[in-house]
Amino acid sequence: MKVNDVILKTVVRMVVFIVLTFGMYLFFAGHNAPGGGFIGGLVLGSAIVLLYLTYDIETVHKGMPFDFKKVAALGVLLATGTAIGSLFFDAPFLTQTDGYFTIPILGEKHLSTVVLFEAGVALTVIGTLVTIILSISEDE
Amino acid sequence: MINTILNMSLFLFMIAIAISLFRVIKGPSLPDRAIALDTIGVNLISAIAIVSIVLKTKAFLEAILILGILSFIGTIAFSKYIERGVIVERKSAD
Repeated sequence: MKVNDVILKTVVRMVVFIVLTFGMYLFFAGHNAPGGGFIGGLVLGSAIVLLYLTYDIETVHKGMPFDFKKVAALGVLLATGTAIGSLFFDAPFLTQTDGYFTIPILGEKHLSTVVLFEAGVALTVIGTLVTIILSISEDE
Repeated sequence: MINTILNMSLFLFMIAIAISLFRVIKGPSLPDRAIALDTIGVNLISAIAIVSIVLKTKAFLEAILILGILSFIGTIAFSKYIERGVIVERKSAD
């Protein structure tokens, strides 16, 4: 039986970009507003799950050839790596630092190493979420 | 005056969510449950908007967006399960 889901595929093709943009906004807003790595990772992961729902595993893997278990492992490595990095500067484990830098075009910006830690958390959440959804949706 | 109207609308949203919850639990067929869950999502979004007017804050706008996204994904997953019996396909049908 040929399935007819033109409306779903067309809508999802637009909506995925809105969801991904919102996820990145939540990820970067986490410093002084609601958001952060965990919630941003959940929203980004739900966008990927939406792609898997609309299309199928083979089509999505053609465009996104990641093994999501390895993505989760990379996230944990990144988070603990930034945590261990503070030990080389005689600071306690998990210490984060920040500072104000003047960037030529953008002006003075507040940069912080906690963004790297949050990126690790986000990657872990994305990998775990997609792995769980794909595992429990298997038929056999 | 405006506060009375807002509180009354919150009460009405509560009643609407309770009625939809009854349909989710009792609903004779699966499409009834899917539509009732979608209705609960829309009513929750509206209720959060009313609450953020009452509290005069913008902090709930992200919650509204996330609830909309999750309700959309949930409805798609539910209706795909009803239509085809499988949620994530391994290979495209055609």
